[in-house]
Amino acid sequence: MSEKNDDLKKVVNQALAEQKVPHVKLDKMKPSTVDIDKLTKPSKETHQEYWGKGLTFLAIVLIILLVVSIIGFVGEHGLATFFSDHVNIIHFLTSTDWDPTQGKNHVGALAMIVTSFLVTLISALIAAPFAIAVALFMTEYSSKRSAKFLQSVTELLVGIPSVVYGFLGLTIIVPAIRNIFGGTGFGILAATLVLFVMVLPTITSLTVDALKAVPTELKNSSAALGATRWQTIYHVILRASTPRILTAIIFGMARAFGEALAVQMVIGNAVLMPYNLVSPSATLTSQLTSQMGNTVMGTLPNNALWSLALLLLLMSLLFNFLVHLIGKKGKK
Amino acid sequence: MHKHLLGKLTILFLFIVTFLTGCANNNSSKITIVGSSALQPLAEQAGNDYRLSHSGSNIVVQGGGSGTGLSQIQAGAVQIGSSDVFADTQKGINAHLLKDYLVAVVGVVPIVNKGVGVENLSIKQLQEIFTGKITNWQQVGGKKGAIIVINRSKGSGTRATFEDLVLRGKQAVKSQEQDSNGTVKKIVNSTPGTISYISFPYATDNNIQKLSIDHVYPTNKNIPDNKWKLWSYEHMYTKGKPNKATASFLKYMLSKKVQTGLIPKTGYLSVNQMHVKRDSHNKVTKLGK
Repeated sequence: MSEKNDDLKKVVNQALAEQKVPHVKLDKMKPSTVDIDKLTKPSKETHQEYWGKGLTFLAIVLIILLVVSIIGFVGEHGLATFFSDHVNIIHFLTSTDWDPTQGKNHVGALAMIVTSFLVTLISALIAAPFAIAVALFMTEYSSKRSAKFLQSVTELLVGIPSVVYGFLGLTIIVPAIRNIFGGTGFGILAATLVLFVMVLPTITSLTVDALKAVPTELKNSSAALGATRWQTIYHVILRASTPRILTAIIFGMARAFGEALAVQMVIGNAVLMPYNLVSPSATLTSQLTSQMGNTVMGTLPNNALWSLALLLLLMSLLFNFLVHLIGKKGKK
Repeated sequence: MHKHLLGKLTILFLFIVTFLTGCANNNSSKITIVGSSALQPLAEQAGNDYRLSHSGSNIVVQGGGSGTGLSQIQAGAVQIGSSDVFADTQKGINAHLLKDYLVAVVGVVPIVNKGVGVENLSIKQLQEIFTGKITNWQQVGGKKGAIIVINRSKGSGTRATFEDLVLRGKQAVKSQEQDSNGTVKKIVNSTPGTISYISFPYATDNNIQKLSIDHVYPTNKNIPDNKWKLWSYEHMYTKGKPNKATASFLKYMLSKKVQTGLIPKTGYLSVNQMHVKRDSHNKVTKLGK
């Protein structure tokens, strides 16, 4: 070590003596006091570098651990239904007989799966055209100031807690449906309408981003060809942003699929195959929220709920996968 | 500079965490009661009164259903788990670990929407409605209109009581399930053709039609002799022997002041008033008095 230091000192001294680069006034730095030890040891900035790197790395490790343990936990309990309680997985996916307290032949989740998909699809189907229209208005027609105003309005809608939406649904939508269609008013239609309001802002703000990302050259050249604004929107802007709009819709669907509280408040919570839009039903999430407190850890009814949770987890993975797939296709 | 700030923040954070958790562990006078929503009004009221006379006590009452109460007390997460059902009737609950305190008796009454035109049903009719055999109010002497059954969610003690005593082992028709006595009352009040059941302390207003069964009226007077058969004990369970604060509160619950004062006032019955006894298999025996 000291040999190296000596070498270094030699080099520095030689450089000082030769002064090959006259404009760097080394002599002003009082070269005689050059601290070789300080030069060869990590500086303060290097320490900061280590700190920063270490902290961010630690955060990542923590998050990964969290994700892995959540998936592991849900998987362990969700699969216990099939491996230790010996529920047939095909029965689980195709039977509508849901009454896990009655034993392993009554663990059919089909009614909930179908209802979950129905409310998700219908609400996304209604919300998407609205969201695209709103986004088009915000990006193409309105002035910058009103666009900003609309943006904050949609952001406000995203921020409203789901229990508030559920409460509104319970006091406004459910009685309205009851008066128009009869029955109790609880059901898929009520859930769809509540979810429509909930996913609308999500899809809108993501669609706005999608539309803004369309290159100005495309719009300009379309205008140069003599196209009207609507022709430009329809033939150029929407075409160019289709993959990203689809991604926005899928994000909206993911939110609808995972929403529990608001849906549980208005859907009626009857594990029945829905035979029309105003018959009470139950989704995977609503069944989870209404039942999780009542079961005892480790018993079949509890494990069956974990299986529903596992199903939800797999579905959200599928949604993520779809987003990536569409994103990749869009780049081509 | 940043490094120091970060280090200080970390230390502060750790300090706060240990401080808070330490607090939670040491505060043994805090009593959490979780479970039966039928017992909730009484437990809350009793908790408030107890707090006034015992300064320094801290009683938290939460609902969630009898199933929740039993599973939480078994897990040792709370000090008292309340339930409408006997612990040994619940699957997965080891009743030997739990100590049972019967604090009150509560009645359950079937309720219907005011528009159905029915005020009395036989127990058989009630059974056939809830098993889905009778589907129109006309069949039981009411106005024409479909019967809409509103059930409580599984794990509700009120539902367990109702099914044990009315359905007697038969499967209930699959129908809407709601979480709490309050929600059920609201829905039955506003939806034509609905029938459900709630516990007595909630059935106080006139917007819903309470049903008599076989012409026995749902009043607390009819419960002690088992004339009105739909009633259940309100249990408070502790895991093993309760700690000092919990034991003191339970003693208060069973004291004369609560049993003869608060309990009748809030619509429950005292266990001491009962002329009959019922075990966990629903066998009713007369008490020699």
